Amino acid sequence: MDEARIARCGLSPRLWLAGGWLLLALLAAIFAPLIAPQDPLAQDLMLERLPPFWLDGAEPGYWLGTDSLGRDLLSRLIFGGRIAFIVAFAAATSACLLGSTLGLIAGYFGGWPDRIISRIVDVWMAFPPVLFAILLVAVLGTGLSSVILAIAIIDWTRFCRVIRAEAMGQSRMDYVENARIAGYGRVGIMLREVLPNVVPSIVALLSLEMGIAVIVEAILSFVNLSISTDDPTWGSIIAEGRLSIHQAWWVLVFPLITLILTVLSFSQFGEALKTRFDPVLR
Amino acid sequence: MLLQRFLIRLLTMLVTLFGVAIVVFIVIRVAPGDPIAMMLPPGASNDDIARLRALYGLDKSIVQQFFIWLGGVLHGDFGTSISLRQDVLGLVFNRLPATLELATVALLMAIAIGATAAILGARSRGTAIEAGIDIASGATLSIPDFLWGLVLILLFGVLVPVFDISGRVSPQLDLPFATQFYLVESILRLRFDLTWDLLKHMLMPAVALALPLAAIIAQLLKQSLKEVLDLDYVVLARVKGFSETQVILREALKNAALPTLTLVGVQFTFLIGGTVIVERLFSYEGLGNMAIDAVINRDLPLIQGIVLVFALLFVLINLAVDMMYALLNPRLRHG
Repeated sequence: MDEARIARCGLSPRLWLAGGWLLLALLAAIFAPLIAPQDPLAQDLMLERLPPFWLDGAEPGYWLGTDSLGRDLLSRLIFGGRIAFIVAFAAATSACLLGSTLGLIAGYFGGWPDRIISRIVDVWMAFPPVLFAILLVAVLGTGLSSVILAIAIIDWTRFCRVIRAEAMGQSRMDYVENARIAGYGRVGIMLREVLPNVVPSIVALLSLEMGIAVIVEAILSFVNLSISTDDPTWGSIIAEGRLSIHQAWWVLVFPLITLILTVLSFSQFGEALKTRFDPVLR
Repeated sequence: MLLQRFLIRLLTMLVTLFGVAIVVFIVIRVAPGDPIAMMLPPGASNDDIARLRALYGLDKSIVQQFFIWLGGVLHGDFGTSISLRQDVLGLVFNRLPATLELATVALLMAIAIGATAAILGARSRGTAIEAGIDIASGATLSIPDFLWGLVLILLFGVLVPVFDISGRVSPQLDLPFATQFYLVESILRLRFDLTWDLLKHMLMPAVALALPLAAIIAQLLKQSLKEVLDLDYVVLARVKGFSETQVILREALKNAALPTLTLVGVQFTFLIGGTVIVERLFSYEGLGNMAIDAVINRDLPLIQGIVLVFALLFVLINLAVDMMYALLNPRLRHG
């Protein structure tokens, strides 16, 4: 029963679809210059607002149509994926490292480190996250590293809260007490005994956070505060699509579908990992 | 016991707000670009700049500046907006009602949709209906309000254009309102034509904000209901001949609602946080939309004011939920 359930978790069609989409999008982003049918920046006013290939008036080579400046939508989506994945991996990993470290310290040591860290988390939770992100990027200056830094500065609390609670639970377990009696140092126990037991939660949260980072980047692009305006990002394509929604719906529809699939895939992965590692849910 | 809990919470709340004030102050002072330079016309002399710096206290040390600013805030003086040249507090209070109305309508929708789905799922537990509700709520939960907003714009603004996709109210309408609580006032004045217009504008941003929360409520409340439905007193009600829906509504719901209530409180702050981008998306003239403009215009006093008001709102909601929980939970009430 247990094994069958695990196998089902690991191999469920939903997870296959999620993994397949992420792999496809990632490969497309990595090999963007090779597979993008057009130059994503090339403007041609003769080709403005071409519809996607199945509609009348479509041009061969412009599969998903063009935007109001005549730029190829598919190529822009493929290149936009580069920014999305770089932000997803870099921002989520940074938030994870910061949040998990603080959460582990707060949860395992308790006492005043816990009180200080928990107070900081309280303060952070009192900020509207989107406004905080927009403010940070405005302060740090637009650009890829600012976006990554802003997301990490805001979202570390997601990791900290969960890992703190888990580490607190672990530190009350017998094996931690035994290790202490056996003469191991506190830091040693934390890293060698407690950390491995909270890693599953960290990995599951990391996957969820990647989806969140993609959205935050899109929101920042949408309000024109992400990276330079020349490079295509999913958010900037959406912003463009929102403006020309009545003339060229496809400029909004395709990046929206891309974003939804990506976010759903990351969250499916996160959920599946959580279920897989959680002994109670399993 | 309850009073003690309240006082401790209140103290924690003040510490949190003080922390927020420090963080906002530091973040904004780190900002490159001289806010004074932006206030003056080009060609202002160095003397003018120095005089203005002194006027705004920018010639003092950063710690002094912080306490001067904090002192002002405590007296209700949040400074003057640089881009709009008006009192920050006045601007914020002018926009806050729009955001509060939007968030409240969204919250009510989330509770209505979520509770309906939960009751439906609990009633038909073990069937395809429950499985369908699980899948739908799982997917709904994973898609954030920003994307829901865009989906709704496409569906009901373009494909089937039945709702307005921008603004708070039709611009050609004459508004006889004395306050900024348009929706409340239109109902009180029995101007239901205006209520309808306001709701038509509010519906889509509210649904976008409500859907993720509705999904969370559906999942958690269904879980609690299913646990309660196996308890003796519920079984007794069923034996007495009540139908399953009656059993859920009369007996189970009251006891299953407590965990959901706590969660809804925390999630309501997330919902309010979501208004920032959703208002932008629908050009809804609320606080969040003004906040984004303030950031883009580098209007530091206005940003500070808006962030502080949001933070105050968040901690007040958490306090209220905590107190409500303590009042409703018999173990804490008599403990």
